[in-house]
Amino acid sequence: MDNLLVAEAVSKKFGDFKALNDVSIAVPKGSIFGLLGPNGAGKTTLIRIINQITMPDTGRVMLDGKALHQEHIKDIGYLPEERGLYKSMKVGEQALYLAQLKGMSKAEAKQRLKYWFDKLEIGDWWNKKIQELSKGQAQKIQFVVTVLHRPKLLIFDEPFSGFDPINANLIKDEILQLRDEGATVIFSTHRMESVEELCDHIALINKSNKILDGKLTDIQRQYKTNTFEVGLQTADVDGVTRAIRDRFEVLPATFKNLNDDLKLNVKLNGGATSNDLLTFLTSKAEVHHFVEVIPSASDIFIETVKNN
Amino acid sequence: MTVLSPLIMIALIAVVAYLTQLNNNKKRSISVLDQTGLLEEVFQNTDNTTYNYLTNSSLEEAKVLVKAQEDYGLLYIPKQVDSTSASKGIIFYSEESPSLTVMSSLERSLEKKMTDLELESNGVDLDMINSSRISIDIAQETFSGETTSKIDNVLKLAFGGMAGYLLFMFIIIYGNMIMRSVIEEKTSRIIEVIISSVKPIQLMMGKIIGTSLAGITQFIIWIILGGVLMTVVSAIFGISIIDMHTPQQEIMQQAVQSPEFESKLKLGFMAFQNLPIANLIVAFMFFFVGGYLLYSSLYAAIGAAVDNETDTQQFMMPILMPLILAVYVGVFTVIEDPHGTVSTVFSFIPFTSPVVMLMRIPFGVPIWQQLLSLALLIGTFVFTVWFAAKIYRVGILMYGKKPSYKELYKWLKY
Repeated sequence: MDNLLVAEAVSKKFGDFKALNDVSIAVPKGSIFGLLGPNGAGKTTLIRIINQITMPDTGRVMLDGKALHQEHIKDIGYLPEERGLYKSMKVGEQALYLAQLKGMSKAEAKQRLKYWFDKLEIGDWWNKKIQELSKGQAQKIQFVVTVLHRPKLLIFDEPFSGFDPINANLIKDEILQLRDEGATVIFSTHRMESVEELCDHIALINKSNKILDGKLTDIQRQYKTNTFEVGLQTADVDGVTRAIRDRFEVLPATFKNLNDDLKLNVKLNGGATSNDLLTFLTSKAEVHHFVEVIPSASDIFIETVKNN
Repeated sequence: MTVLSPLIMIALIAVVAYLTQLNNNKKRSISVLDQTGLLEEVFQNTDNTTYNYLTNSSLEEAKVLVKAQEDYGLLYIPKQVDSTSASKGIIFYSEESPSLTVMSSLERSLEKKMTDLELESNGVDLDMINSSRISIDIAQETFSGETTSKIDNVLKLAFGGMAGYLLFMFIIIYGNMIMRSVIEEKTSRIIEVIISSVKPIQLMMGKIIGTSLAGITQFIIWIILGGVLMTVVSAIFGISIIDMHTPQQEIMQQAVQSPEFESKLKLGFMAFQNLPIANLIVAFMFFFVGGYLLYSSLYAAIGAAVDNETDTQQFMMPILMPLILAVYVGVFTVIEDPHGTVSTVFSFIPFTSPVVMLMRIPFGVPIWQQLLSLALLIGTFVFTVWFAAKIYRVGILMYGKKPSYKELYKWLKY
């Protein structure tokens, strides 16, 4: 698969502090790439380097096969974590100004703005000042301004902060639609549930180093523990439990469901397959629930950061 | 505010002018009880003040009378025993304490008359004194034959001072504006959105140039609007601000009527022609732009280094000091000797040179000095812009604690 953005061995020092140490990432075209890491890990520095706000000390960044260049500014749309707008400027005027900074013509910007304002049903804000809007409303404007010039690469740093669940969903759908229309998205967040929902690929940065990257499903496969959630209906709860314990490793159940008499997490060791477990279970009781436990992004995040 | 400010200013001037006129228009009558009988024609009635002489009454009667008439006051001049005691015993009675101008005008009139009387009584011929009074006016000429005059120096000082002061004001007002606008972009957090589209140095220079153009536009609007409004206001209220009755203006009027004035006017005009006008205009543009850019880039750097305006104080001092020093050096040493060591040295130091050099130029500064000073200024300006751009680039993305000078130094290396 083609990579839209490739960062090779990027390092950056601020004084004595090493913000990035030899970090390489590759963002496939048309993917949603999750850039994860604890606070202060170096995510924002990497994003700023991609935006040519800061220059790397060593290493290089290629966009679409070419080393980063002034011209690439209009190919990138960036929604920073620390974001804001001119408070006393009118919404429309401001959006036009920011669009023109990205190289759009005024007429084109106006037309595109109209499309987006209609889509998000915010057309009547055109002549309002930012300070008259709520935080969530201002965030919507900010989102529109970020994607307006149809950049190849979209970078969202905590895009959902400040949104209520309804609007967060709306923005999530817009991001997915943009991806479907061909944009590539780099997505930086702490909210792991949105990572699972959105991201195809992830990279995990901790203490200035990249410690993990790849396709999310591959990583999950790599981190899975061969554990299955099992829900059974039986009259003899104690007997069945004892029987399972004798053959398999049993962990406390973490899932919820309504009418099972016995809930267990069963871990398979030493070459046992899920079919072995299932055959054993059906011989003992009636199986109502049987699901493989997929490690959540959150679990992977916590585990790798802890072990690092 | 751009349009409103001159309106408010003019309204204020009109009100002050009107009030002054109202105050001066108050008619007052002053009674004079002159027991010497010698001072009859000393006090001349003017538009606002009438004097009436009381005769054949005692002091007590006069006081009662004046109070009953509600006069402004009573001037009592007792009979003199001899001339040495002439200055004693003269009293002004009034309800409230009299105005300073009234008192000094009374004193002046009395002094002149009594001095004359005293001289006469000592056998001095007054006419002789008046006719032998000689006024000296030393003509000035340069070795190359150009006529100059004292007015020359005054005019030069006025021009230089105006240019220097204008630059000083411009730097302070618009430098602050730049600083505030940088802080605003930081606190509203739009800065990162903007610098993902333009380079920090482009943003900084754009801000400096944009703000100064806005400033110049504002100045021009003020001057035009102010001029128009001034004319309109004087026409409507019939208050001519120029002929307001103040003592200074009366003196001016007398001077204008005197025959000497015409020749002085001619000299003044010549002095104006003697000014190195072309040099002044060209130098003004270069030093103004250079000085402004030098300081405003520093203001931008300060704005970037801090999070809010209250934190700027620490960094403002090092900027304001040389600027204020420049104005003081300019005002005090350039008057004293425009080509003296102090003023010459300060007209080369880049942080003071724009102001001091602008003040010196009307007095004629050799071209090589101007060029050298300008070259130093441009060199320093390039350096400060580089320096400010470094601070700016790092500072705009730094939030939280106020940086120390040591940290600012570190930023230069990021």
